[in-house]
Amino acid sequence: MYVAVKGGERAILNSYALLGEARRGDTAVPELSVAQIREQLRLSVDRVMTEGSVYDPDLAALAIKQAAGDLVEAIFLLRAYRATLPRLGYTRPIDTGAMRLWRRVSATFKDLPGGQVLGPTYDYTQRLLDFTLEAEGQAATAPEVASTPAEPAPRVVDLLGQEGLLEAHVPAEGDPDPSDLTREPVSFPADRATRLQSLARGDEGFLLAMGYSTQRGYANSHPFAGEIRYGLVEIELVPEELGFPIVIGEIEVTECQMVNQFAGSKTEPPQFTRGYGLAFGHSERKAMAMSLVDRALRAGELGEDVKAPAQMQEFVLSHSDNLEASGFVQHLKLPHYVDFQAELELVRRMRAATSREAA
Amino acid sequence: MNASDLPGTVERDRNFNFGYLDERTKRMIRRAILKAVAIPGYQVPFGSREMPLPYGWGTGGIQVTASVIGPHDVLKVIDQGADDTVNAVNIRRFFQRTTGVATTERTVDATLIQTRHRIPETPLAEGQVIVYQVPQPEPLQKLEPREAETRAMHGLAEYGLMHVKLYEDIARYGHIATTYDYPVMVDGRYLMAPSPIPKFDNPKMHMNPALQLFGAGREKRIYAVPPYTKVESLAFEDHPFEVQRWDKPCEICGSRDSFLDEVITDDAGGRMFVCSDTDYCRVRGARHG
Repeated sequence: MYVAVKGGERAILNSYALLGEARRGDTAVPELSVAQIREQLRLSVDRVMTEGSVYDPDLAALAIKQAAGDLVEAIFLLRAYRATLPRLGYTRPIDTGAMRLWRRVSATFKDLPGGQVLGPTYDYTQRLLDFTLEAEGQAATAPEVASTPAEPAPRVVDLLGQEGLLEAHVPAEGDPDPSDLTREPVSFPADRATRLQSLARGDEGFLLAMGYSTQRGYANSHPFAGEIRYGLVEIELVPEELGFPIVIGEIEVTECQMVNQFAGSKTEPPQFTRGYGLAFGHSERKAMAMSLVDRALRAGELGEDVKAPAQMQEFVLSHSDNLEASGFVQHLKLPHYVDFQAELELVRRMRAATSREAA
Repeated sequence: MNASDLPGTVERDRNFNFGYLDERTKRMIRRAILKAVAIPGYQVPFGSREMPLPYGWGTGGIQVTASVIGPHDVLKVIDQGADDTVNAVNIRRFFQRTTGVATTERTVDATLIQTRHRIPETPLAEGQVIVYQVPQPEPLQKLEPREAETRAMHGLAEYGLMHVKLYEDIARYGHIATTYDYPVMVDGRYLMAPSPIPKFDNPKMHMNPALQLFGAGREKRIYAVPPYTKVESLAFEDHPFEVQRWDKPCEICGSRDSFLDEVITDDAGGRMFVCSDTDYCRVRGARHG
């Protein structure tokens, strides 16, 4: 009987209880602590902080635990938490040239001041399942290198820039404050600062696919990984009552400077152009994909034809946010009885008309 | 059944500000609402926040409701016309938890109604506010996905694209093949998406004494139809606007004037038709039954 659909509230409460049970799994297995997630799933934590737009490894780890490892759900939890936080002040721009480096590689120069610093990376491993981890064994060898970051080294883009081979990025006149897309909705065309904000919190998978598409003929940008660096940068704030900057902490970031060929235009000589990527923590795939997409989105500004999806601002920026995408795709689970009824009535009417004509 | 009879009635959670949003955010949204009321049918961009419910699940409506709700409001939340569909229950619980206001299932008792996909059958009155959840605020989006373009079209009141679409429907099918989210012209100026209500509900928007507010969280737009504003569904002189009709009355309350949902009752093709507006059906059933 129709009344069977009643009782939605009780069903919801039951679903909460089932969710808690499913999240915990077999209680004979010890429960994960937030600290374990923070320390041992650091790359998940970094992704959640980046796309959640909050640098807080403990909260990100808590979100991952609560979301049973679903990173998009964890990002959602962190974003919802962030939405009502008060703004206490604005920090100064970080100086990635002063980064204390865990890792720094350049694909454009064999050697350069500061050298290549491989650091902790899966890049040069053989992807064979390590069954000692399954047996909860310890790493066989202790590292022979110091586990302290390398001293700051000049950025590749600064070295290239000295020769004029690379476009200069001069702040706009008066160095205006960037807009804040979490406070003001994006309007198109969006300036680069706004686009970069949007990309920084954009879904890693989406940006990866968009960046990849630029390598396969959908907007050729001839990229070189000028430099990827991952390390610690200081966060500075200028308190009004002091009038000079003080360091309030240190965060880890990954920066990618992509260097791209540019044939020149009427006003610009041939030179290399740049795409930029920045992410919290150790997030190289994200930072690299972001830099490819950033460069592709500059097509209009550089006088290139806008033909491929990755070059289209509205296409990229309106679809890169995984909260918006996930929510809207999954809202299809909500009841649509009324609209479907309206469509049923229409299709029946059209079928009746068709069969009358056929008769 | 009143909401208070349901299991787990929610207590006000003092850890959250009244209505969840902080006061500065509410003020920003109220300004957007005021602008929307001043320019009926115009989509006002606003700094939509990430809410604790997913985008596409009513975050725009929730933010509008959270910004206008006061401690003396009586709130009704419906989805598909019903108070007890899962997401309506969740949103009502959210406001019980963050405001502690009284809730009701009775349309006539509510001062504030948040809805998805329906306008109640019971006529609204002066002083009532109805908040629509809107997935796609841009009526032209399916015809022109670029917002920079559609914004210009609205600026110039250049709506030929939509008329051509409707004309093509008529040329192809003999009638307009849009059954919900049927485009309307507000106060003779702005083309507006009425949200995915069935076109059956469109005439209720016209000269409605209640304030109608529309919130699209994911798309970050708010728009409004002030009380007693003209709302016309697009049509042609030789193809006037028509709403759906059913051959049979509601099998519970006998109404012939309400929007009916089709319910499958068995696996042998059994069907019954009942009111989608559960409050309307119950009140009528009590009166006639």
